[in-house]
Amino acid sequence: MGFYVAQLLTGLANASSLFLIACGLSIIFGVTRIVNFAHGSFYMVGAYLAYSIVALFPDSILGFWGGVIAAALIVGLLGLIVEMTILRRIYHAPELFQLVATFGVLLIIQDMTLAIWGAADKLGPRAPGLDSAVRIMGEPIPEYDLALILIGPAVLAGIWLVFHRTRWGVLVRAATQDREMVGALGVNQAWLFSAAFVLGAALAGLGGAIQIPREAVSLQMDLSVIGDAFVVVVIGGMGSVSGAFVAAVLISVLNAFAILVFPQISIVLPFVVMAVVLIVRPYGLFGKEGSGHGAPTEPEQPLRLLSSRATLVLMALVFALAASPVVVSDFASILLVDVMVATLFAVSLHFMMGLGGMVSFGHAAYFGVGAYGAAMASNYLGLPMMPAMIVGPLAAAAAALFFGWFCVRLSGVYLAMLTLAAAQILWGVTFQSQAYTGGDDGILGIWPAAWASSDQAYFYVAFVLCIGGIWFLRRVAHSPFGYGLRGIRDSDVRAEAIGMDVKFHQWMGFALAGTMAGVAGVVFAFSKGSVFPDVLGIAQSVDGLIMVLLGGIHALAGPILGAGVFVLIEDWVSRLDYWRFIFGMIILGVVLLAPDGVAGGVDRLLRALGLRREGQA
Amino acid sequence: MNVLEVRGLTKKFGGLVAVDDVSFDLGQGEFLALIGPNGAGKTTCFNMVNGYLRPDRGTVRLNGQDLIGVRPRKIVRMGVGRTFQITRTFLSMTVIENIQMALISHHRRIFDMLSRATRLYRDEAEALLRLVSMEDQAGRASSELAYGDLKRLELAVALAPDPTLLLMDEPTAGMAPSERVALMELTAKIVAERGVSVLFTEHDMDVVFAHAHRILVLNRGGLIAEGTGEEIRGNPLVQEVYLGGGTVFGQAEAGAESEADHA
Ligand SMILES: Nc1ncnc2c1ncn2[C@@H]1O[C@H](COP(=O)(O)OP(=O)(O)OP(=O)(O)O)[C@@H](O)[C@H]1O
Ligand SMILES: [Mg+2]
Repeated sequence: MGFYVAQLLTGLANASSLFLIACGLSIIFGVTRIVNFAHGSFYMVGAYLAYSIVALFPDSILGFWGGVIAAALIVGLLGLIVEMTILRRIYHAPELFQLVATFGVLLIIQDMTLAIWGAADKLGPRAPGLDSAVRIMGEPIPEYDLALILIGPAVLAGIWLVFHRTRWGVLVRAATQDREMVGALGVNQAWLFSAAFVLGAALAGLGGAIQIPREAVSLQMDLSVIGDAFVVVVIGGMGSVSGAFVAAVLISVLNAFAILVFPQISIVLPFVVMAVVLIVRPYGLFGKEGSGHGAPTEPEQPLRLLSSRATLVLMALVFALAASPVVVSDFASILLVDVMVATLFAVSLHFMMGLGGMVSFGHAAYFGVGAYGAAMASNYLGLPMMPAMIVGPLAAAAAALFFGWFCVRLSGVYLAMLTLAAAQILWGVTFQSQAYTGGDDGILGIWPAAWASSDQAYFYVAFVLCIGGIWFLRRVAHSPFGYGLRGIRDSDVRAEAIGMDVKFHQWMGFALAGTMAGVAGVVFAFSKGSVFPDVLGIAQSVDGLIMVLLGGIHALAGPILGAGVFVLIEDWVSRLDYWRFIFGMIILGVVLLAPDGVAGGVDRLLRALGLRREGQA
Repeated sequence: MNVLEVRGLTKKFGGLVAVDDVSFDLGQGEFLALIGPNGAGKTTCFNMVNGYLRPDRGTVRLNGQDLIGVRPRKIVRMGVGRTFQITRTFLSMTVIENIQMALISHHRRIFDMLSRATRLYRDEAEALLRLVSMEDQAGRASSELAYGDLKRLELAVALAPDPTLLLMDEPTAGMAPSERVALMELTAKIVAERGVSVLFTEHDMDVVFAHAHRILVLNRGGLIAEGTGEEIRGNPLVQEVYLGGGTVFGQAEAGAESEADHA
């Protein structure tokens, strides 16, 4: 009995920090409708700052708690800077821009933290005065855990008071529920948004700061916490503070007990819980319909078929690519394979996201399943390359059919979050199924068939699969099926009214996008000779999003240009120190300065040169 | 024979009886108006006929076939077209593509992955555009259209599958008075030419009296009168509801425009 009570208390103590970060995220989303990836960075910086400030006052109770609060305040200030310099400019941009911009901020903060505190993990001090354990029903419970258990509800009560007793708080709640109303009231929106962002950032900083006696401070804290924080926000309902509290407690306590039965479950458990909650309550426990939708996007221009001159130019480029192995070095043709793989991946993501309006934060899942499917078929079943290359996309198709069935029942941010959950579940399973997937060590020795083993020969394998896949997806984009997806994105009510089966159509679109990502994954696996779990990871999914954004979401050619530019930049930048910083800056530059991406620029150029038809297609 | 037969249609929302035991018939080629003050239950009635809401009681038959429990998209395929109070178009497509999509779906080509959508059913789509006098706007992005043109586009889209019955919920809401008359004249002409039957709701009494063959009056969920324009004008109960009851026509209209489409 005592043991279970101890587990429960540990769960509740974990819940406090999770609640602090999640409620900050939820407040920011509620008011500004921004899904803030950089929130994990605020948490991490809070921990580093607290570590440094507290170290100035060893063994002082006041020094410790003062340091924790000071850290939170400084993070609030950091939040203000981010809000005023970047986010303020993109409140009316599509969700994808905001997401990618905050990911750029995450990269920048990560390298700045590295520059200031170095790469080594930091071990924080124990909290003075709370550094021993008390016995509760015979079990030792750290005093600090008990303090944490109190902090969560105390902060919740504080926020409740602010939200219900101050004019500002009332406005925050009003903005969360009805955005137009706030505009109509003539409230100074900029101020409201900044304040909400500062509060959210400070809460995340506080969440990080109070963790220092419990866990090592490291550069991985940002990405490792953001997944769980998203989950908590979504389960609670986007924008709901009390929902975040309930969800944080639910997740943490469930986790504390579940690890007794399945020690490995903690990576996937939050995502499984989220998936279940979303299927039962599509807007989370306390969320409302529509609360998951960001700024409305401006209508897109109609698709035009290429003019015959543009087709000729395109054909010439494809032939040039096909002939390139004869001219360029082996190294360059390997790089070109990377470009083609990335392009097919980005085009498949754009297919479901740009055309279908289904934003995916977890598209890497299907890329990874394709790669692992081929790798496992080749290594365990002993299949030759060609059959293994069929198994991979089939596996990806199966995974996309399975998860897609759930995802298409939702829309907006909730759909995006469920795709993220699906990817994290697949990642967790891959990471932990050591016996089948090699776990962290991955699967090595996946080599192409003998006839395709030279760099040149494999280039042509990749060329056929990737360029073929891209051609096919383009073709589908112009077909009734692709138009149907776009129609559903524009107006699902109209789509139903002309007799379309909306969910089924979206499901098939999701599955097709996943399958083609799987094709890219297969080509990737055989070109690298190995696969590791990070092919399914968040970073890989975000890479896809960045490619689509770099290229420009509104154009079919966007992901093609974006992927090319992305791989080339990455190839160059990743050899530099502080490449994350540079890359983050590039992302922000694109978002702020060229929101229609590379394709927007090229499109203007084509029109100027008369290669693109105006008027009727 | 009647195209539509509605019997004993009833729908409750919690304690509120939104539609209470409504029965009516709609004949071939008939232009039937359903009027009533705000909240009378008109949209609810519509949504039960086209499958978006399931009635608590009652039957709806289309050419003798039972419609209760049939999904909206199936009902469309059985020959029921509809237009929306607030226009719903595919804004990222051109005017003609909007109609082509309706035709593609009607001909069950929507899962075709290889044809070019813009090249399918172009002639039929152009004919429909001519019908609503929009042939010169075929290549324009529908997001650029004026509101009145969007309404005409919706009408063409609804007519694409050659429906036997057209349901129009407040077809002229949000339009300028001159446009209203023009749109309804156009609708009336099409109805006459194609032999389509139409059920429409409307707050603009001029439109109703000018075009409806027959009028149903709904109040608080129940049918209180039925008849030609003359009969309805002279009906004391209707006068009571519309004039004595405090809701003047003008007010009813203003309310309707701010209200969102329930479907
Ligand atoms: N989904 C719903 N849930 C609860 N009540 C509803 C719902 N839909 C409609 N109602 C109520 O049912 C009644 C009838 O509404 P309905 O929209 O059918 O009226 P209407 O005649 O179309 O009005 P209007 O002229 O304003 O469009 C109203 O009191 C309305 O508030
Ligand atoms: Mg209505």
